[in-house]
Amino acid sequence: MNARVEYVLRFGDNALVLAQRLCAWVAHAPIMEEDVALANVSLDLFGQARLWLAYAGELEGAGRDEDALAFHRGAGEFRNVLLVERPNGDFAETTVRGYFYDLWASLALAELSRSKDERIAAIAEKARKENAYHLRRSEDWMIRLGDGTEESRSRMQRAVNDFWRYTGELFLGDEVDATMREQGVGFDPTALREPWLERVRATFAAATLDVSSDVWMQRGGKQGVHTESLGYLLAEMQVLPRTISGAAW
Amino acid sequence: MYTSISDGIDGNANGGDEREQAFNARLDRAMKIEPSDWMPEAYRKTLVRQISQHAHSEIVGMLPEGNWITRAPSLHRKLILLAKVQDEAGHGLYLYSAGETLGTPRDEMVAALHSGKAKYSSIFNYPTLAWADVGAIGWLVDGAAIINQIPLTRCSYGPYARAMVRICKEESFHQRQGFEIMWTLAHGTTAQHAMAQDALDRWWWPSVMMFGPPDSESTHNEQSQRWRIKLFTNDELRRKFIDQTVPQSEKLGLRIPDPQLRWNERTQHYEIGPIDWEEFYRVIKGDGPCNKDRLQTRIDAWEDGAWVREAATEHARKRAERSDAA
Amino acid sequence: MTKGWPQWEVFVRSEAGLAHKHVGSLHAADVRMALENARDLYTRRNEGVSIWVVRSEDVHATDPDEAEAFFEPSEDKRYRFPTSYHVPEGVEHL
Repeated sequence: MNARVEYVLRFGDNALVLAQRLCAWVAHAPIMEEDVALANVSLDLFGQARLWLAYAGELEGAGRDEDALAFHRGAGEFRNVLLVERPNGDFAETTVRGYFYDLWASLALAELSRSKDERIAAIAEKARKENAYHLRRSEDWMIRLGDGTEESRSRMQRAVNDFWRYTGELFLGDEVDATMREQGVGFDPTALREPWLERVRATFAAATLDVSSDVWMQRGGKQGVHTESLGYLLAEMQVLPRTISGAAW
Repeated sequence: MYTSISDGIDGNANGGDEREQAFNARLDRAMKIEPSDWMPEAYRKTLVRQISQHAHSEIVGMLPEGNWITRAPSLHRKLILLAKVQDEAGHGLYLYSAGETLGTPRDEMVAALHSGKAKYSSIFNYPTLAWADVGAIGWLVDGAAIINQIPLTRCSYGPYARAMVRICKEESFHQRQGFEIMWTLAHGTTAQHAMAQDALDRWWWPSVMMFGPPDSESTHNEQSQRWRIKLFTNDELRRKFIDQTVPQSEKLGLRIPDPQLRWNERTQHYEIGPIDWEEFYRVIKGDGPCNKDRLQTRIDAWEDGAWVREAATEHARKRAERSDAA
Repeated sequence: MTKGWPQWEVFVRSEAGLAHKHVGSLHAADVRMALENARDLYTRRNEGVSIWVVRSEDVHATDPDEAEAFFEPSEDKRYRFPTSYHVPEGVEHL
């Protein structure tokens, strides 16, 4: 597959899969105000996913639109990082997963907004503004729940320990990253690691949480090798268009 | 002397005739009643019951459609449905906010829902079995809700009327998106058309029942109309719904599941077959297909979230303490 | 069970140049959350450019029992309005 298609799909799939996870919270959140807030984040991410996937489809030139890419690819064809496909768990797990992603996305989107590919730059610029708000919210929740009660702190620390192993992949480059960087389209993911860690340390200090260390990092999502949970997520998401084929909705 | 608006207002038990006369005079002049105005205890109680039931209906009402957010068949439909269910959370919150101006905290209203003491619209105790149900709910249930709600924008209680203005404005897309889903399905593949007809078959009668028991059996009508918190009777609203919905079903090419349905030239209204009121009362009493599931889902969300709410309270307390010490 | 989160009144400025207007209330544990919830709840349709939140217990109101004393005295002071004055025909810029 064309490197640029592959590259754009990665950002689209990250947004799509996380949005799909988050929308399952609506009507089940800890307080009704949070139902509204989580729906807003999910709506933003679905909106971003549509823009990325539509562009990926155009670049590919095989006549696949956003829905064809979202509903008619198998798990092995998805290019999202493992972090975003992990199940919602409790509100602590959702918060930690969201915070790790939002912080990474704030750095990645800032890089992409300077891309030589104008379409990529424009999508990133739009997404960057939405993401800044998501990060504000998730960072606030990290601190509230970390520095809250004994119970909330222990739930948060457990979630951090669980999710840390999925953060390494965010900063791993491969050939696609290298090609995109050479063309001035993409960025070097390893360069985001230090600024990401620096802000994590500051947030964790305020949240009285410990940064995990000595954890074996999982990888593979960007190349299509996922955790078991993605297959279930897609089975649910794709059921209708796959059951009644050739239909308009 | 001054009052804090969050105090709520106590009993006013010794309001006396003079205040009651002034209150009635305001109603007669179609003036709004505001939170700190004197009002009869029964008016306050009825309003808290009506507004909180309305709020609970929005919140429980998120569940049947919420089922399908993760399975919506296109990204466009998913965004619409998610935004719609989100609106329902928002509308629940506007309504609880209006209810709280009467001195009953939201937590108390929610506790009454969870204990089974408070009611919500019985329509949400029916299951959403297929994607077309999302269309049918938007078209029929939201269509019925709008007919109920528009007059309430003129009701006598200020905060309730203002919440309804906002809600009606925002809900204007809800019915349309439902009709659009039905239209697409009705004009789609054979399987899709059958799905749409099946949804109409299952949602028609519950929607007709949404307006409540017939006027002959309704207990609150008269007093509530006097208070201007109910502006039309159940049967008037129901008739309006049927008159506007039947022609829409014809445009869709779908059949209303009522063999006795017919247009009456003389009255210029549709006539329908008998409504199964026994089913209505059974569902209200808790024997609908989903009563237990719906309530349990809400209770679970509340209980699973307890540690989050406590942690945020504790964090706020710590912060306040630190800033006091500084 | 701990006590519920405090209630906040929300005021939204719908566009530059207009005053903030009361739109309703919500619950939040702290002021940042109150502002975020207000944004998510009351400006979903592009309704705002600025938000105020105030703890409901900090909003004080006049007592309706004293409405006569507070508001009626200004009713007969027509001389405060320009329409109370006679302007002779032909006089401009007044």
